[in-house]
Amino acid sequence: MITGTNLTYAYGNHRVINNISLSSALGRVLGIIGPNGSGKTTLLRLLYGALQPQEGAVCIDGKPLSQLNPREIAQQLAVVVQEPYEENAITVGEMVLLGRTPHTPPFTRTTAEDHRLAADALERVGVAHLGHRSFTSLSGGERQRVLIARALAQQGRHLLLDEPTNHLDIRYQHEILALVRSLSVTTLVVLHDLNLAAQYCDELILLDHGQVAASGTPEDVLKPELIYEVYGIHAIRHQVADHVHLSFALPPIPTLDKKGPYL
Amino acid sequence: MDLAVLGVQNQRRRTYLWLVLLTVATAASLVLGISIGAVAVSPADVLGVIGHRLFGLADGSWSETTEAIVWDVRLPRVVLGLCVGAGLAVCGMALQAMVRNMLADPYLLGINSGASSGAAAAILFGFGAGLGEHALQGSAFLGALAASLLVYSVARTGGRVTSVRLLLAGVTVGYALYALTSFLIFASGSAEGARSVMFWLLGSLSLATWGTPLLAVVLSTLLTITVLTMLGRSVDVLALGDETSLTLGISPEKLRTGLLVLVALCIGILVSAAGSIGFVGLVVPHLARRAVGSTHSRAIPVAALMGGVLLIWADLVARTMLAPQEIPVGILTAMVGAPFLLILIHRLQAAN
Repeated sequence: MITGTNLTYAYGNHRVINNISLSSALGRVLGIIGPNGSGKTTLLRLLYGALQPQEGAVCIDGKPLSQLNPREIAQQLAVVVQEPYEENAITVGEMVLLGRTPHTPPFTRTTAEDHRLAADALERVGVAHLGHRSFTSLSGGERQRVLIARALAQQGRHLLLDEPTNHLDIRYQHEILALVRSLSVTTLVVLHDLNLAAQYCDELILLDHGQVAASGTPEDVLKPELIYEVYGIHAIRHQVADHVHLSFALPPIPTLDKKGPYL
Repeated sequence: MDLAVLGVQNQRRRTYLWLVLLTVATAASLVLGISIGAVAVSPADVLGVIGHRLFGLADGSWSETTEAIVWDVRLPRVVLGLCVGAGLAVCGMALQAMVRNMLADPYLLGINSGASSGAAAAILFGFGAGLGEHALQGSAFLGALAASLLVYSVARTGGRVTSVRLLLAGVTVGYALYALTSFLIFASGSAEGARSVMFWLLGSLSLATWGTPLLAVVLSTLLTITVLTMLGRSVDVLALGDETSLTLGISPEKLRTGLLVLVALCIGILVSAAGSIGFVGLVVPHLARRAVGSTHSRAIPVAALMGGVLLIWADLVARTMLAPQEIPVGILTAMVGAPFLLILIHRLQAAN
């Protein structure tokens, strides 16, 4: 279980995370949603130790993150982040094998067991046929799968993902999230798309200006009045199969003689 | 479970093949590099002299002049070429990973500019005369050390040594010290001195003798190759980016700083001994990656041998092409390296 208690983080004087508490439940998928600049990625980076909170603490299974070194953290948390990968001829097989890094001390070689775990991970996400290909030659969806395979090879008890569906077409968005869901690992995922969040997350945290605007099941969080408050857009809520679904409409364009929030 | 899906075994086999091939090529280049020259020495005599000197094998039929040419003149020169080529190649590869840019080369950090300033001070103003017969190399190394410290402290301002800061610091310090070297040349007003500095700047192996500078080059190159090979996996991770490194349990700053110290020292020593020989550190890493892939534990040893062989042959051409005059080997490596790099870039784009 990852718990964050009263987390606060500021860039200079600008508080981007303001007294947030959260915890991930075992085997469940927790979605972090919110508008641009609401602090989603910063919150995630606090949770995997890339940033240290100015107040509050993060614990992994009861142990404070501040008492663990990067290697120990990486043995517990597997993180899929967005970084530009350019001009690197590393192959998919090698990329997934690097997931074993936290379990392989520096100056030692990977073992047969590492290779087995990496090959296993590649197969689990359905890209075993890509092992010999160069990572940068893959499509966005394939890359995302490979990164998830690397995270699986890392064998963390927790999986953290920062907008894994970014730049993917609609089919891949669903494929990736369905894959993540099927892994039955405790998962924290930052998502932009509210309907994807509704469909694939067990619980949601809605952030607004660095604070929690709402948290709970998708039914509790994705309420039109709340969405309007946070995003400034009208939402119409439907029930599709077993999850909620939102359609959106912009507020009417204000006229110049009225003093409104848009002037 | 089929481990073949990783494709790693395949690459290992390919790497072994390349290493065997390159080891043979290195041995052959060493012998031929000594054998060929203004005075030709047969490969048998070359091996004879080396065997005699190293292992006390029986005296052969060669003359004393031949022995002097082989042992005192050409052997230190090819050893220096081998080590400088290997060192530049692996330092280039490490820097390309450290700043995540395939166009990075060992001179990116401005270390060679520092060495140039030191060398110019020694050649033009007799700086470092107290260092005895190796005043030039000693003074160049002091310059390189000063430049490295300057780059490091500039990159450290703000607390984090990021790849962009490292790049900016290197370029800035490099330009500043380049200006200093130019100023020294003008201030001295000596045409002959300016020519010597120019020759040194372009890179040459002509200073090779048995002595402290060569020993330093051999040791630092061996150390750098060993450490980089053994840390290969960490370097792989660093090349993927800082955030990825961190999430795989490697502090990118600590690793980058450690590598910076290792690589800067090695480059400083290489440049002080042989000047700024260009393009080896830029082109060879690409060649090595094409041969055995991007994994550093495999690519580093391959790059080292490729760089060594390349520089031995480049030097051979440099000292025989316009004989008896010798041209700086840096001119040759640039002439061969530039078009080669263009081809590589073209192929890289075609592959994508």
